[in-house]
Order: sequence, then C-alpha cells, then structure tokens
Amino acid sequence: MAAASEPAPLPAVRPPVPDRWRRRLADPTVGIWLAALGVTLLGWIVVTVRGGEFLTQPNITGILQNCVALGLIALGQTMVILTGSLDLSVAYLASLGTLVAAETMAGSDGNMVPAVLAVLALCLGVGLANGLVVTRLKVNAFIATLGVGLILRGWIEDNYTGPAGEVSRSFQRLGYDRIGPVPVSVFLLVAVALALWFVLRRTRLGHHMYATGGDEHAARLSGVRTERTVLIAHVLCALCVGIAALFLAARFGAGSPWAGTEARYDLESIAAVVLGGTILAGGRGGVLGTLGGVTVLAVLDSVFNQLAIDPFFKNVLRGVVIIAAVAVYARGRRRAGRTG
Amino acid sequence: MLLMQDMTKSFLGIRVLHSVSLDLAPGEVHAVVGENGAGKSTLMKLLSGEHSPDSGRIEIDGTPRVFGHPAQAQAAGVGIIHQELALLPDRTVAENVFLGREPTRRGLVDRAAMARRTAELLAELNASEIAPDTPVRELSVALQQTVEVAKALAADVRILIMDEPTAALAEHEVTALFDLVRRLTARGLGILYVSHRMREIFELSQRITVLKDGRRVTCVRTADTDVDQIVRAMVGRELSAYYPPRADPGALGEPVLTVAGGGNDRLSDIDLTVRAGEVLGVAGLQGSGRSALARAIFGADPFTRGTMTVAGRAVRPRRPREAIRAGIALVGEDRKAEGLTLRQSVRDNTLLVTRAVGVGERGAGEETVTRLLDRVRLTSRSTGREVRFLSGGNQQKVVIAKWLAARPRVLLFDEPTRGVDVGAKAAIHTLVRELAAEGLAVLLISSELPELIGMSDRVLVLSDGRPAGELPAGPSEEEIMRGATATGADRAGAA
Repeated sequence: MAAASEPAPLPAVRPPVPDRWRRRLADPTVGIWLAALGVTLLGWIVVTVRGGEFLTQPNITGILQNCVALGLIALGQTMVILTGSLDLSVAYLASLGTLVAAETMAGSDGNMVPAVLAVLALCLGVGLANGLVVTRLKVNAFIATLGVGLILRGWIEDNYTGPAGEVSRSFQRLGYDRIGPVPVSVFLLVAVALALWFVLRRTRLGHHMYATGGDEHAARLSGVRTERTVLIAHVLCALCVGIAALFLAARFGAGSPWAGTEARYDLESIAAVVLGGTILAGGRGGVLGTLGGVTVLAVLDSVFNQLAIDPFFKNVLRGVVIIAAVAVYARGRRRAGRTG
Repeated sequence: MLLMQDMTKSFLGIRVLHSVSLDLAPGEVHAVVGENGAGKSTLMKLLSGEHSPDSGRIEIDGTPRVFGHPAQAQAAGVGIIHQELALLPDRTVAENVFLGREPTRRGLVDRAAMARRTAELLAELNASEIAPDTPVRELSVALQQTVEVAKALAADVRILIMDEPTAALAEHEVTALFDLVRRLTARGLGILYVSHRMREIFELSQRITVLKDGRRVTCVRTADTDVDQIVRAMVGRELSAYYPPRADPGALGEPVLTVAGGGNDRLSDIDLTVRAGEVLGVAGLQGSGRSALARAIFGADPFTRGTMTVAGRAVRPRRPREAIRAGIALVGEDRKAEGLTLRQSVRDNTLLVTRAVGVGERGAGEETVTRLLDRVRLTSRSTGREVRFLSGGNQQKVVIAKWLAARPRVLLFDEPTRGVDVGAKAAIHTLVRELAAEGLAVLLISSELPELIGMSDRVLVLSDGRPAGELPAGPSEEEIMRGATATGADRAGAA
C-alpha cells in the first residue's frame, strides 16, 4: 500500500457548461419538441399566407384529438423498442379492442366497467403471448408479433364484417368532451405518458429496460432478469393499446374491425417512436420524445389537410421528414461517440 | 476464501482445461499467467459463472458452489472485469454502477442515494473526478475501468477477477490501476489477476499460477521466483525447435510491399518494406496501431498520406476491393466477423473473394476448391459443410485458402492463431512460412510475443501509431516491450 505511487492527475470529467448546453440541444427529445414548435409556426405562416386560419379552436382541438390514439399506441411501442423488442400486432389488437369494448357495453352505461376490464384483460393476454413467444420460444420480435397480429386478424375477419356493438352514451364523452380547447382524452394521454415516464425514470424495471435494450449481455451479466423485463415491456405496450382501443371505441360509438389497421397504427407508431429519438435497436430514448414525434406528425397532417395537399405528396413529405430526422440523430450520435 | 479443485472443461470435444486447481486468500493478488490458449480465460469464466465446468468443485469460504449463471456467481461474491468492459455507454456512471441492484425507497429507485453512494465508492477508489451523472461513453477507457471496479464494489464482491486489465491503458493509467488494486486488497478482497505482462505481475502479486495447454504447470510464491523461471514455465519448450526455420537472408527477393510516409488519423510516419519471401512481424501494445496498419494497407481504413507500392507498382487502395485487385490479402483479427460467412459452406467461403472481385483462380469447380484446401492442409474433407461447424484452426485454414484463391502478392495476417488449438497453430505457422518461401511478402501481427519472435525475419515495433524501432530476427521480449512502451506516457486515453 505504502509503495503505491500517486496516480497522475486526471482531467475533470464533467464537461464545461457551454458543452452541457450544446449536449442538451443535441438531445433528440429537445430537438423534436423544437421541431414540433417549428412545424406549428411554419404551418401557421403558410396557412395564413394562403388565406386560411390555422390556430383556431376547432383546429387545435382536432390536432390534439388526433394525437391521442396514435400517442397511446406509440407510448406502448416506445416501451418495447427501448427494451430492444418491437410490436407489430398493435394495429390488430386495437381493432379487436374496440370490438370487445362495444360488444361488452352493448349501449348500456352499466356495462362500462366490465367492458373496460374485458379490453384490458384481452390486452394483457395478447401482451403476455407476444412476450412469451419472444422470450421463451426465442422467436425474433418482428416475426413473433407479426404472427400474433395475423392470428388476431384472422379472428377479426372470421367474425366481423363491419361495425359491431354499441358504446354507451356516457362512455362516448371520453371521445368528445373537452375542457376549453383541450379534449379530455388528451389528459388521459398525458397521464399515461407521465406514468410511463415515471416507470422508466424511477423504477428498477425502467432502469432494467434501458439496460436490456442497450446491451442484453451486459445487463444479464449484471444480474438483470432480461427475459422478464422484455415480457413486462410487451404487456405494458399491449395495455397502452387497450387504452387506445377504448378511446377509439368512444370516438366511433361502436366497435370497428378496421379501427387500428386503417390508420396503420403498427408502422405509424414505430415512425412516431423513432421520430421522437428512440433508437430502434433499443436502450436510448424515452416517452417524452415519442410524444414530440406524435405531435409533429399530427401537426403536419393538419397543415396538409388545410392546404388540401394531394395525399400522395403528403405521404412523400411525411417520409422525408422521418428519414431526415433519423439521419440528423444518427449524425449527432456519431459526434457524441467521438468525444468519448 | 476460494478453492477451485480439479476443474475440467471441454469445448466441442477439445479439452481446454485438464483438472486445474487454484486457491485464493483474502487480500491476496494471485496472478494467472500463460500463453494465449493456455486456458486462463476459460478457468476464469468457470469461476464467474459464464461457463459450467464438466467436472471439479468450487468452494467459497468452505461452502461448495455451483454456478449456472453469472448472477449466481455474483451473489456468492465473485466479480469479473473483462478486457472488453461490460458497461452501457448511454447510461450514467451511477446507473451503471448500480445496474441490477438499484437502491430503492418505498419501491422506487432512489436516484439521490444512488448518486451519493456512487460518489462515495468512487471517492474510495480515489476517482472523485468522475461525476456520477456523466454518461459512461464520455469517459476514457481507464476511467470506465474504474467504474467497473466501483460496480464490483457496489455488488459486495469479495473475489475479483481482472482479465488483462492493463491491455488498453496508457502508462500513467497503469500506475493508477495498481494503486486501485492495492486499495482493494487492503479492504480484504482477493484478486485473480490475469495478465501477460511480467513486470506488472511481479510488482503486484503474492503468488503466480502458470497454465500451459490447459494444465497447471506450477504455482509459486512471487518472492521465490523470477521472470525467467516463469517465462520458461509458460513456454515450456525451446522456441527454435517449435517454429519453422526463418528465411535465408540471401534468398530474399525484390521488395514486394513498400509504404513510405504512410499516415491517417490513427497512424503516422509509417515506412516499411517487405521483400518476397520475408515475414515482417509487427509488434505493439493493444491500441498501438497494429491492426490499423493492416487495415490501412488493405484499404479498409486507408492511408490518407504517403505512398505505397505493390510489386513495384504504385497503388492507393481506398477500399478493400481495390487492395484485393492490387494483390493484397488480409487474414483478419476476427475470423468469424470479418473472414467467413459462417452459415455458408466451406466451398462457398473458399470461393468468396474470387467470385466477388473476379481475380485469381478462374475455375470455380470442385477441383479448384480441393486444390486450395489441400494447399492449406484442411483436414475436414467435406466441402459442403457449413463453416461454423469447423474448429477454429480449420476455419482459419479456410480463410487462408480463400485468399490464396485470389493469388495475392502480399499477405497480411492479424493474429492468425488466436483461439486455435496447439496443433493447428503449428500447422498455420508452417503454412505462413511456406507461403513466404513461394515468394509472397508476409506481414504478421501478433500480440503473442513468442509467436512473433519465432516467426519473424524482422520485427517492426509500433507505439502510438508510429514506428518505435525495427529489430532484426530473434529479438528478446524485453527489446520488443521496451520499444512498444517507449512513448507510452504520451498515449493519454483521450481518444
């Protein structure tokens, strides 16, 4: 001990203040919210120049309303993607969820609670199925959840040819009531987002999700039960889809076999997640970024609709926006990697 | 506190450990040495729970233990710090230190306590300059290693395995690591210290166990032995009898490969000449630019400065395809990731380069493949077999056959015998020498000094991306190490 020579002085590791600010600006979560703000401003200017009105109460309400279903599903998707997995069954599960909700309710207010429980139970089951196929049978998540999604689709197509069931009057208020310009469903979205943010930041589960997605081997060597973590992520995702299905049922007033697939919630949710800065390989990102991604997509949609842009061109623009965003993040990441 | 008795382990029918025993006392540093492939890493992985032994017993504080998962070994107080660190680069120091055992308060992760205890642990390790909320990717390798040690302490580890901990460190960082090791032993931890570096072993350890070819040769008190004795025990044979004879200096041909003033962001001032029939050895510590040199010549991370000729013609390969056309071949460091398509057959792998680049052998028929495989003396007969089922030595032979198909003028070997058994190793050595004798220019990179010394006609020593000297045939390990560590102090781990 005494023979130990003094270690050479090492430079302080905490970066200087300007660097910390730069790092914060390079953070995709901050970036995507700035982008959401920018897109809104730009949309407002363009629409106003073209003689329209953008920031009207119905328009704002519409944008927020449009965020809710995709937002809830994308939040769930964030959890699985962060953990290094993926869920392609969300669209079919959302459709089936609306049908189960509307049929259980059958127009009666008294059946609201059983309907909610039924939908959540369905989603719990599907989430477990996804998670078990991925972790126990070791099937790649892409294939596993695609397969589960196809099974759900088969069931839906075999049993339904059109809207079914009826959502009770009171329950429809979830889809239409608002406080000022803000739909009540937005509070539901924010509540779910806060809950998940809390899980990721303050629970061991959340820490283990980041670790499992970041480096499954390292996480396992550190004693993390990685399989259980992936399983729980899938269940959380499916439950988010269930909440989205309840909202969609309230909007439609009935169950719809196309509720999830028509809006392509499977690929749209993945797009929103990566737009929000969560990397597809897992381990990096979060729910706040995803909300930003959803907002950008909803604002863009609204602007395109107001300007009556050709649907084909609209999709081209959306594609360009998503690719550009991820390219920018990849660039920032390479830079960050070099300073290490 | 630890007793490992008669540990035996085989992989794919090849026995890599023959009833090896080892023990460790609290506060002791017990060095485990041996050549690459001697079984050190396997023995350590049996203790850390990454592999299960075929037979043998492990006792910790008198209690027999069986580990099927690293978490079980950890729970029993065994920690391992790998050469490749197992940290999450995107997470903070505190999150890494407490990964898997986050402190909680009323069910929630107590971030404040986590940061505070991380800071305490780092302070104990004399590393208070690391802020607990820094993402790990922003730390140098040396500081990341300190974080790994803190992680082990957070897990209440009492037996710590350190696998080549200084391989990626600069000189002054090594000093700091030694200080760290002494702090740990003062706390009563027992440390198993795996290393090649004699100076470190003699400075730190109380006892030394020497492994060779999967057997324990000896276990001695450090005070009762010296470097020569240990090296002799490790090698256990006369070098000259084991390696094929070197080239006759008079029989060397024209220069085939020359580099003048070569440099890029990892290398500078590279001047070298390799003649037909010659094996030029390249030595240096990890990170000294050995592999970078091979990759630069091969056009994978090309030179941005200087000139290069192959067989008298100026070439400037900017990607591997151009290098292959110019007659350069690289048998890479990681054959599974860079040399082979593991799920394809031996035949397809042998023809991979000729098919892709359209150079060398014209015939793609079975005879061509058989001739090439005979040339490298591949013992497995079926050319339709998927390469991943072959042993490491046979896989390496397929990689060499693949390159011979392209009829190269220059063969670059980066760690050609890593992870192959002793018999295959000798076969590869003989093959390398034969290929040189046929008029190829060979560049041989190896971190195994006996191999480098035994095989090379000359040795180029690199340090910090620059040549640090050139040694004639048969240098001593000391001479090489002196060159390799020459400018060590400048090699701060900032990159």
